[in-house]
Amino acid sequence: MRFAGILQTGTTALSRNVVRTLLTMLGIVIGVAAVITMMEIGKGATLAIQRTLTSIGANTLVVIPGAQNVGGINYGVGSQTTLTPNDAAAIVQRCQAVENAAPVVRARTQIVYGNRNWVPTYVYGSTASFLRVRDWTTMEEGESFTDHDVRNASKVCVVGRTIVRELFAGQSPIGKEIRVRSVAFKVIGVLSPKGANAMGLDQDDILLAPWTTIKYRIVASSLSTGNQSVTNTTNVTEVNSLSQLYPNITTSLYPTQSSNELADVPQPIRFANVDQILVNARSARDVPQAIEQITNTVRDTHHLRPGEANDFTVRDMTEITNAMSATTELITRLLLYVAMIALVVGGVGIMNIMLVSVTERTREIGLRMAVGAEPNDILEQFLTEAIVICLAGGLIGILVGRGASIVVTKVLHWPTASSLGAIVAAVAVSATVGVSFGFYPAWKGSRLDPIEALRYE
Amino acid sequence: MTTLIDMHDVTKTYRMGEVELPVLKGVSLAVNEGELVTLMGASGSGKSTLMNVLGCLDHPTSGEYYLDGREVSRFGARERARLRNRSIGFVFQSFNLLPRMTALENVGMPLTYSRERLTDREKRERAAEMLAKVGLGDRAGHQPSQLSGGEQQRVAIARALINHPRLLLADEPTGNLDSVRSQEILRMIEDLNRTEGITVVLVTHDPAVAGHTRRTVRMKDGLIEEAEKAA
Repeated sequence: MRFAGILQTGTTALSRNVVRTLLTMLGIVIGVAAVITMMEIGKGATLAIQRTLTSIGANTLVVIPGAQNVGGINYGVGSQTTLTPNDAAAIVQRCQAVENAAPVVRARTQIVYGNRNWVPTYVYGSTASFLRVRDWTTMEEGESFTDHDVRNASKVCVVGRTIVRELFAGQSPIGKEIRVRSVAFKVIGVLSPKGANAMGLDQDDILLAPWTTIKYRIVASSLSTGNQSVTNTTNVTEVNSLSQLYPNITTSLYPTQSSNELADVPQPIRFANVDQILVNARSARDVPQAIEQITNTVRDTHHLRPGEANDFTVRDMTEITNAMSATTELITRLLLYVAMIALVVGGVGIMNIMLVSVTERTREIGLRMAVGAEPNDILEQFLTEAIVICLAGGLIGILVGRGASIVVTKVLHWPTASSLGAIVAAVAVSATVGVSFGFYPAWKGSRLDPIEALRYE
Repeated sequence: MTTLIDMHDVTKTYRMGEVELPVLKGVSLAVNEGELVTLMGASGSGKSTLMNVLGCLDHPTSGEYYLDGREVSRFGARERARLRNRSIGFVFQSFNLLPRMTALENVGMPLTYSRERLTDREKRERAAEMLAKVGLGDRAGHQPSQLSGGEQQRVAIARALINHPRLLLADEPTGNLDSVRSQEILRMIEDLNRTEGITVVLVTHDPAVAGHTRRTVRMKDGLIEEAEKAA
């Protein structure tokens, strides 16, 4: 029997009892619609969560210089001075998986405005792309510095909410000048509040300036291990040596040079090294790829021979990324399972109705067998009916599901994202439900004894 | 005259748990091509079972059954289904038309299972031709519920004939009809037998019906009691 013939027999049989067919279909319609809506809501939620997590740096990578080892003494990670702003430029240029990269120079020092002073958690020197890397482009007031400011080592800065509170008592700092180690910085922007990071550090406690300014005007010949304030500012421990647990202050062998002497003997300027390069990958999924590309690029710019160890490390926010993927996966799966249950219930409904239908049409089966239908023909006939119900239900379900997710977006303002995968899966699932739940009744019908079936009242 | 049906010592025993229930106890029957045979017997005499075996709906427990020279008693379910489709037409007491299908669709239904590759159009034409033959050409679009009993039975006969079978098995075809309609149906079956040469086996209770045929086979307790040639 040709397929068109079977299909026709199936649809004719179904059109005989329209109400029942529609009610049976309803189970599948609801199931498929649920699957699609849930998958779309799940996908929307995933995207929303991804967006949120991106703002706390899920796809952020940090390139830090490696450890320097001199004469058996390891100076710790970050002590190499080989990482340069050029590496950042090369990373942006050559790595496809990378969206932005920003070199960072750190300092830890006191800042002063009027009669107030404060030591921010972060005094960062970077480029304009820093805020893009950190997904922090919204300014509360004013604007960020530009690449031009970076080239000129302009004495401008943007500050976080906390600094505004501590130094300016909440007043607008735009246009005011902050002194950072006796260098006056003009405040040109206030960053929008971001809160604490995953480690509990206040991210709003930041002063951000062009890296050239920080590097050349503040930190000077920084080796940048983060303890500059100890050596360069007035040190309490020198006054009160009682708190000194270990005598680690070495006796100076030579008299200290005065500033005049220092100026008289200029040190050869080495290339400008930076403390780290912040990179953001295009998406959290691109992170592994980005790591590989960055490693290759920086090895190349540092002229490392094959076999030579990296003089830098690329770190990713594995913890955050894992948390993110675990969360979204859990949500999507949970929603899918719930929707699957609806589909199974729909399938059971179909099985139920098909069993009734087979019983009801026992005589028809007997007659068809008497005039020459083989068991397989009967099986095909009833299976086709079940599949037609499921596919038709699936198609209606797709429309209902899409409609429902549009309504959800419009009314509840939940994010949804249409997914072709969901639609394909729904069609495949409804066909599978048709076959699997339609098979038993169809098989039962095909095993009927024609004599018994003909006699059935 | 070739022999169409040739049965040798056919038995059929039903098993009901522990109990064995012999229904046919060694039936031998030969029917020539073109014959019109009436099968009579009280209920429980085994005529329905014999008809089922004859119609290849069931296979005998033992014995041999040759239909048109082929031993069909050893056929499997699929082969029997094909044989029924091609060589045997059934007419039932209760018509057994499919409701909500038109007369034309009912007549054409066996073609769906035919091995012949016919287009939908050919199928419809052939069904229409058969309907015309039983005098219902103008009722093609009617559903069984819109037809009288006699008309329904004629549709059933057209359905039985659609694949040009060699053998027509009619199980009390007039059982649900009044005497006038019965006469019509019987005359039609006789005509088919005479003009088309279709072999007919007719089951009936009614001696008047049996009077139409030249040969009557009587069954009693699972055995053929007598086979007589009527004048």
